[in-house]
Amino acid sequence: MKRTWYSYPYIVWMAIFIVVPFLLLLFYSFTVSTDEGIKFTLDHIKRLWDPIYLMVLLRSINLAIICTVICLVIGYPVGLILASKEYSSKKVLALLFVIPMWINFLLRTYAWMTLLEKGGLVYTILEFLHIPNSQLLYTDQAVVLGMVYNFLPFMVLPIYSVLTKLDKSIVEAAEDLGANYITVLRRVIIPLSLPGVISGITMVFMPAVTTFIISRLLGGGHYILVGNLIEQQFMVVGDWNFGSAISFVLMVIILISMGVLRKYDEGHEGGAIW
Amino acid sequence: MVARMLKRIYLYIIFVFLYAPIVVLVVYSFNESKSRGHWGGFTLKWYLELFKDTEISRALYNTLMIAVLSAIIATVIGTAAAIGIHNMGRIKKAIVMNLTYLPVLNPDIVTGVSLMLLFVFTKAITQMGLGFFTMLLAHITFNIPYVILSVLPKLKQLNKHVYEAALDLGATPSYALWKVVIPEIMPGIITGLILAFTLSIDDFVISFFTTGSGVSNLSIYVYSMARRGVNPKINALSTIMFLTVLILLLIVNKRMSKDSSNVKEGAK
Repeated sequence: MKRTWYSYPYIVWMAIFIVVPFLLLLFYSFTVSTDEGIKFTLDHIKRLWDPIYLMVLLRSINLAIICTVICLVIGYPVGLILASKEYSSKKVLALLFVIPMWINFLLRTYAWMTLLEKGGLVYTILEFLHIPNSQLLYTDQAVVLGMVYNFLPFMVLPIYSVLTKLDKSIVEAAEDLGANYITVLRRVIIPLSLPGVISGITMVFMPAVTTFIISRLLGGGHYILVGNLIEQQFMVVGDWNFGSAISFVLMVIILISMGVLRKYDEGHEGGAIW
Repeated sequence: MVARMLKRIYLYIIFVFLYAPIVVLVVYSFNESKSRGHWGGFTLKWYLELFKDTEISRALYNTLMIAVLSAIIATVIGTAAAIGIHNMGRIKKAIVMNLTYLPVLNPDIVTGVSLMLLFVFTKAITQMGLGFFTMLLAHITFNIPYVILSVLPKLKQLNKHVYEAALDLGATPSYALWKVVIPEIMPGIITGLILAFTLSIDDFVISFFTTGSGVSNLSIYVYSMARRGVNPKINALSTIMFLTVLILLLIVNKRMSKDSSNVKEGAK
């Protein structure tokens, strides 16, 4: 089957729609148009070091880390429980976990707006319990809640799939050798499920750090994360150079952090994912 | 025993967390009163208004058109590409595969922004403003890698001697491809097609940056509506979408379990 030319349409397509846009992004990030024409500059990247923008970037990373940690803490036991179930109920439960993901995530986030706003269900319940709650919607907590809600399945599913493939006899061997459940969990199950944990972390962290819809809907108009900043530069301010520079930096940060995580993963697994 | 109870309770809490917002949307879609938190009685009027709303039906039409077209085109290009990549030499394969992973790993917002740059930059030459067509091109672009990634594993599993046997028996290479290889990798192609379709329907970020004024899909419509203020019509729309997804999933699940039991029977 020497039919490598079958892939040429794809290669041409990717050259036009992936490589050229990427080069354009680079071009806009590092140039400025003056009266004498277009010149190379680092000003746009430097501008990102302005405390205002740096704060935005740090806040996005901070919220994304909080969201990832919460997802891991909540999600790991879920994966563990789902994987330990009997086969028939396991499939149904895993499916129940996936169904919400099939609903457009804007609609799901919008549903949280309904719940959290003044007069909404959560608000009313808290009021009924006399828990002070001046403001639920349009806060940091609301944004993190929205992120956790939307991205939790991304954490649970990889952990679940690694744990279902786990060789049960290893766990039994540890138990035979006198380890109690906590020791088995700490010394056997968790180390063996690390690849799932790592792909869960990347799958949660990446969308969390770049989101601009969740922060816009649940954080209100004034709320700015790096995603909102990019969107603003392109759609409102019209400063494409700066917008491209932020996108470029964001991309570099994400690709590097994913590379580091994958490397760490390889050390444990002994095999690359790709 | 206690541990089992705790596990069960934990799972229930998580499921309540996952489903509460959806249940609330469904319940409020039947609420007479426009303000939430206040139950004004049962009504179907939001559904009626939803069907009368031309803006929503246009958005739905755009969403489905783009999902179907982009899924089909991406599947054709992606399947051909996978067959090509499968037969490439080691180095060439590595280069192309890294290129393939780029849109998968890249944040959506960066992909969206860079595609927007391309479309605006080339507007002078192509005379093509941002709109339906640019959105379609963008969707095809982010769909192709997923098709390739679903088809490639099937090609790896394929026994290459079957293809060679077909050639020995006098089939032309393209006949053997159509009659032997394609049917063998069909499950991968179908998975890719379904994946592409659902990704396209669910996408917001890339569509948002690559569409122009006037052309919106459902996600963009919901976004603008939610920002303008809450509208019970969205609740009705979400209920319909949720039920559609649920029914589709049940059918697929039923078919799949039937298939697997057939396979088991065949194995006996």
